[in-house]
Amino acid sequence: MFAIPLAWLQLKRETVRLLVALAGIGFAVILMFLQLGFQAALFESAVTLHQKLEGDIFLISPQSTSLTSMKSFPDRRLYQSLGFAGVDAISPIYLGLGIWKNPYWEGPPASQTRSILVIGMVPGDKVFALPEVAENQSQLRLTDVVLFDRASREEFGPISKKFEALKATGGLVKSEIESRRVEVGGLFSLGASFGADGNLITSDLNFRRIFSKREKGMIDVGLIKLKSGADLEKTLARFRQNLPGTARTDPKKTADQTKEDFVVGDVRVLSKKAFIAFEQNYWKESTAIGFIFTLGTAIGFVVGTVIVYQILYTDVTDHLAEYATLKAMGYKNRYLLSVVFQEAIILAVMGYIPGYILCLGLYNVTRSATALPISMTLDRGILVLCLAILMCVISGAVAVRKVQDADPADIF
Amino acid sequence: MLQPIITIENVSHYFGAGRLRKQILFDVTTIVEPGEVVIMTGPSGSGKTTLLTLIGALRSTQEGSLKVLGQELRGGSESKLVELRRNIGYIFQAHNLLNSLRAWQNVQMSIELHSDIPASESRDRAEAMLEAVGLADWATQYPNELSGGQKQRVAIARALVCNPKLVLADEPTAALDKKSGRDVVEIMHDLAKKQGSAIVLVTHDNRILDLADRIIHMEDGRLSSLDASA
Repeated sequence: MFAIPLAWLQLKRETVRLLVALAGIGFAVILMFLQLGFQAALFESAVTLHQKLEGDIFLISPQSTSLTSMKSFPDRRLYQSLGFAGVDAISPIYLGLGIWKNPYWEGPPASQTRSILVIGMVPGDKVFALPEVAENQSQLRLTDVVLFDRASREEFGPISKKFEALKATGGLVKSEIESRRVEVGGLFSLGASFGADGNLITSDLNFRRIFSKREKGMIDVGLIKLKSGADLEKTLARFRQNLPGTARTDPKKTADQTKEDFVVGDVRVLSKKAFIAFEQNYWKESTAIGFIFTLGTAIGFVVGTVIVYQILYTDVTDHLAEYATLKAMGYKNRYLLSVVFQEAIILAVMGYIPGYILCLGLYNVTRSATALPISMTLDRGILVLCLAILMCVISGAVAVRKVQDADPADIF
Repeated sequence: MLQPIITIENVSHYFGAGRLRKQILFDVTTIVEPGEVVIMTGPSGSGKTTLLTLIGALRSTQEGSLKVLGQELRGGSESKLVELRRNIGYIFQAHNLLNSLRAWQNVQMSIELHSDIPASESRDRAEAMLEAVGLADWATQYPNELSGGQKQRVAIARALVCNPKLVLADEPTAALDKKSGRDVVEIMHDLAKKQGSAIVLVTHDNRILDLADRIIHMEDGRLSSLDASA
């Protein structure tokens, strides 16, 4: 509409102010990206294990709150469910945090021991969608042999590197878990989560050898696979009817949610979707983490808004006489408002770009330092761009009130 | 007979409200013919600038009748007033150029208000106008790279580029030395004469009074006419 891009020319003329503004907005963008990224990585990492489980329905204890704080329940419930129509196979899973001793410890100040998530499964059962676990079934059957997660944090020791090196000579990595000597028989990739720094997979028998105090017949997760073509909802209804005890549901959940997540007697029955939601909800709602990251994002937003407001307000104040002149020449208020909003949007987009690029680097650093699955997603990229624009438009809306002060009668 | 550019009839103006209400203009009546150069003199606080802002549609008329370019300003809507301002060239005491724009862009800001001038032509036209005020070589400079007289000449180019029928100037020489002040007013005078624009110029500067067709004198909000030739 106008041949002269006044908004851009005004910003460009004050190079230093422009750079300061862009640095400020870039900072706010990075802050929002990091907070949202950490949050997403947390929720993502918390359920990588769940997503790799090859089951349709899961049984857990009603007292379990998350994967790292599971209560066990009698495996009878799991075996009972084998009798329900639609159920194809079942498999018990044992979970426990055990103290792992780093066999390649280099001495203090680093600690030699660290707690690791030990997963016990019945060898031969198809529990994980992890090809390396399937390949190493024979290893799992051996006494005191474990599979090690190579994506575990490095504090557990250079296990995967040493494993590959020793394999050539026929040697094995030996270590201790809960003071019991074990050998690493193979590797797999799962990844650390906020709750567990690393993972081990072993057989159910080895699991009970490691955690010798655990009662026999008590399991942590019951994995149930449905026959192909079986209806999930109908099968869940059969669980609700046929398991012993009365059925209870969480009154805060919607009717649709309670179909896939309910308690019968001494077990909680969950669909895979509900099992994932159960874990994520724990981190979102029962810990401070979800709140902290949301608050962090909000603070980034507020900081950005204040910075842009300061810049725009100063800019408008500096140009007040010029704006009054434009009004006297016959420019409408609307034109001046559009100049301020254009400046806001130019700042938002120009500040976003370096923020985005820097953030890709920071994500990389975070990923390699923490083994958390943090990465840029299109959704988050768009969300933060929208937040950056919204941030600048809000500041612009506050700053334009100053434009009304430009009175053309004052300049004569 | 051509219609006058400005017809002022019994215009009074007040500032403030209640007990502080103070009358600034008292029954001002005059006309300005097309192409006429009128210089308004008078001591500070006599109401010259107030009258100029009323003519320029920058304030709303309170009492009396004020017609500019054939349009009654009293009771006119804000959008009508804005529309009218586009047909008046303004030259201010300070140059009031946009510091972020080059000289030619400053002139072009005025052209952009007139949709009848095609965009392709506007830069040429801006530069031609700068040439007319003797700044052909300075068209791409920013205002802070120009002298006071040059800035005021850019302001004149900006005011006159769209051939306004009326030019309003408020002490355009106030910030200039004797020589450049005289030059600036001469340029403005010559260009306005060439285009047939009327000029109303407020000044304290006695050295430029000879350029006027008519001099009006304002004192305590009342107008008295003097003949320029006298």
